[in-house]
Amino acid sequence: MALTPVQNQTPAFTAAVAACAGGFFGLFVGTAQGSGLLGLVIGAVLLGAMGFAFTHMLDQQKPIRWATTAIFGVLGFLFGGLPAAVLGLLFGWFAGWFTFWLATSSYRKRLPPYLTPGQVLWHFSFRVICGAIFVFLITPILVVMPLSFNAENFFTFTPEMLRFDPEGYSLRHYRDFFTNDDWQQALWNSLSIAPMATLLSVSFGTLAAIGLSQPHVPFRRAIMAVLISPMIVPLIISAAGMYFFYSRIGLQGTYFGVVLAHAALGIPFVIITVTATLVGFDRSLTRAAANMGAGPITTFFRIQMPLILPGVISGGLFAFITSFDEVVVVLFVGSAGQKTLPWQMFTGLREQISPTILAVATILVGISICLLTTVEFLRRRSERLRGMSPS
Amino acid sequence: MSDTTQSGPVLAADGTPLKRSLARALRMQKVRALMLIAPLLLFVLLTFILPIADMLFRSVENRIVSDTLSETVVRLEDWDALSGETPDEAVYESLYYDLFVAAEAKEHTKLGTRLNYEQTGISSLFRGSGRKVDDIGEDHVKAIERASDGALKDEALWFEIMTGGSNAEGNTALLDAQRLKMEQLTSESFAADIGFVPGAEISELFPRMAVAYTDFALFTAVADEDVVAEEDPWETVFVAFAHSVQADGGAEALASYSGPGAAELQAAAAAIADLEPIAFKTAFLEIDEDWGDLGNWRTMQTYSPTYTSGYFLNSIDMQKGPEGAEPRPENQQIYMTLFVRTMIMSLMITGSCILLGYPVAWILANLPTRSANMLMILVLLPFWTSLLVRTSAWKVMLQQQGVINDVLVWLGLVGDDARLVMINNQFGTIVAMTHILLPFMILPMYSVMQTINPTYLRAAKSLGATNWTAFWRVYFPQSVPGIGAGSILVFILAIGYYITPEIVGGTKGVFISNRIAYHISSSLNWGLAAALGSILLAVVLLLYWAYDKIVGIDNVKLG
Repeated sequence: MALTPVQNQTPAFTAAVAACAGGFFGLFVGTAQGSGLLGLVIGAVLLGAMGFAFTHMLDQQKPIRWATTAIFGVLGFLFGGLPAAVLGLLFGWFAGWFTFWLATSSYRKRLPPYLTPGQVLWHFSFRVICGAIFVFLITPILVVMPLSFNAENFFTFTPEMLRFDPEGYSLRHYRDFFTNDDWQQALWNSLSIAPMATLLSVSFGTLAAIGLSQPHVPFRRAIMAVLISPMIVPLIISAAGMYFFYSRIGLQGTYFGVVLAHAALGIPFVIITVTATLVGFDRSLTRAAANMGAGPITTFFRIQMPLILPGVISGGLFAFITSFDEVVVVLFVGSAGQKTLPWQMFTGLREQISPTILAVATILVGISICLLTTVEFLRRRSERLRGMSPS
Repeated sequence: MSDTTQSGPVLAADGTPLKRSLARALRMQKVRALMLIAPLLLFVLLTFILPIADMLFRSVENRIVSDTLSETVVRLEDWDALSGETPDEAVYESLYYDLFVAAEAKEHTKLGTRLNYEQTGISSLFRGSGRKVDDIGEDHVKAIERASDGALKDEALWFEIMTGGSNAEGNTALLDAQRLKMEQLTSESFAADIGFVPGAEISELFPRMAVAYTDFALFTAVADEDVVAEEDPWETVFVAFAHSVQADGGAEALASYSGPGAAELQAAAAAIADLEPIAFKTAFLEIDEDWGDLGNWRTMQTYSPTYTSGYFLNSIDMQKGPEGAEPRPENQQIYMTLFVRTMIMSLMITGSCILLGYPVAWILANLPTRSANMLMILVLLPFWTSLLVRTSAWKVMLQQQGVINDVLVWLGLVGDDARLVMINNQFGTIVAMTHILLPFMILPMYSVMQTINPTYLRAAKSLGATNWTAFWRVYFPQSVPGIGAGSILVFILAIGYYITPEIVGGTKGVFISNRIAYHISSSLNWGLAAALGSILLAVVLLLYWAYDKIVGIDNVKLG
């Protein structure tokens, strides 16, 4: 769908802009090879020429773009082997796309016709800035993944890895995770603490959320403030308080103590998600059920529960991930017998023992992707159930 | 015109006045709601609020000095700290008995550690003196033991002397008082029956000796679980006897004594008659000359009350001097710097989150739903990823052999020998925490920006506003609530962060929370940790209150 009718650009404009882009990339390649200035000039001339030439061959866009990608790939391979070939392919694809994008004025198509050139430039600069921020958000998580397949005991990319040499990759850190007793014990501890804590916070939290969403609740604000406070109070303070208090009453260093502490930390998440679900709950449904002779318990389990279940489950998932990720409180309230996965990672990071941490991190990212998908799915289902349009 | 056939209040179906009936229904509803909330509220109070209250209490509690040196503390009250002279003999005498019992119960080192927070060197003073305190009055003890062919080496005889024989009147008041003292000292129960009650006669004639023997009896029976009559009494009993016999009126008291072992005691008194009376002050100064140091005594006097503001003063780099609060020496001031650094760095993190979050929130709110949802995943994925995964990722990225440095070196922007130091300093902490907290900024901003009507912006432009004016005068003011909500949330979270600064912060990039953790787990100065925590908590609660006023806690949204 084109908002604005467009005309092809002049060769001069295309060549000039493409030369700027070429110069920009050439500068980096040039400094990497020893001479920034030379790189800049070569890049600018190369892309400028491409821009000039391509404006005359607009009818053969597809084959030219393929050709550019291939040529740059081959050039890269000749220069620096496999890694440079990959970079060359990527750059070739980009150069081809960018030149034709300029030459055919496609960039202008989707923008309102009244924008000035300055505004068009700002529009795309803004997108580039946003893109950079998204890169900032996601890169750290992506970087961890390939590193976890490192064959060496390093936290960095080895030359073998960069050459895409199969020798440089291995599953040894994953093997270590699945065979090392420390890690297995930690995993087992995490898996036995988190579900119990979740169960506690979900059962208490759901009841309270139903109570809080009744029309007349005295001191609602104050109660809410108290119930949300575990999320707001810094973890180190919660941990300190619980450490002092639980050691007074003999819960410090016990499984039960850690479960109680984690349940307290998970409660705000359950309260928030379940009350949010209950906001759209139609009370006449429960009244109708009562009218037809159902007792309060039947009404709750047959009418209310199925409707708010998505909210309860996503609250539970939040509580689970809180407990599963939590390290500060368990560090103080737990003892060596309750060493959880995050605790083990924390010790590993402080002493930098092995990249097994990165293997664990990759597995955890996988788990969080699953959880994220589930929560998103549940949110949509809940909105559909309550008759809201999914957004 | 209404046709009213009845007067008085309107009635409900069952005949009660409608008003009362409604009030009852409303009350029922309230009670039912509260009943549903009650279990959780109780749970949170017990597992969360009570521990926090306990921490606040710990930040002012200071029982250890008066519990361990119960008598010395009372005597020391009268000492004038500014007189320039050490306390008098009576204080040292009390110190001898207190320290002896404390050393037997191994509590004196704890007290030493506690006082060492305020005055360096006290810890070793107490530890060393605890070992040597039973040497005081050694000559007297030996002389008494040798008297009348070692009759007083007999444990059973001592037991008989102190009880006053099988049918003698007992002094249960003394026993109860000492029971309480030992309980406070050791924090354990001394309620068990010990098979010993001090005799009324002996405790009247030789009160000090009775106290010393009662302490010994309690400790032997309860802590060591031995039989009192079968154990050698502590040296304090001998010293107390020697000291009171050689004091004024001691000889008369002994002469009037006619209970069990009177003859042996007479002989013992005769045996020590040639020795100099025990001088406690001199003896202590011989053990360690630091007992003559005014600063040590001042510290003990200052920290003798049960509650103290000392921990709070300490956490704002002050200390208690002889004339009230005073600043600490320059080289010991660390906490104010840390508080200020925590504040400034949290502000910088919040600032960079606003800077990075605003464009992202804007583009999410203004793109078509489909692409916005796709991009939203890029925001939510870090949000859902484990905190430690993200922190370890930043360690991988920022370290000197890390990804960023490798790329920069490869591009030739920095030399291989001049790799940037980006970790273990403030920069590392700020970058990593900005990344970790960015979703908490984007999500509230996004939910506010979604509600801003895009036609306002177009209207402004059609009225002749430039792009900038339209944004600044029309769009930005409407997005301020989102910025406010996000900023307070991020600031609250940042100010109490522990894990990330600990791993990527080195020494220059740590927060006050790291210091709190250090005091809990390494230096064991729990009172100071509690005081620092209380100050941090106060700041956070203030912000929480502001957040509640501005945004309302009901409006917190997750994902």
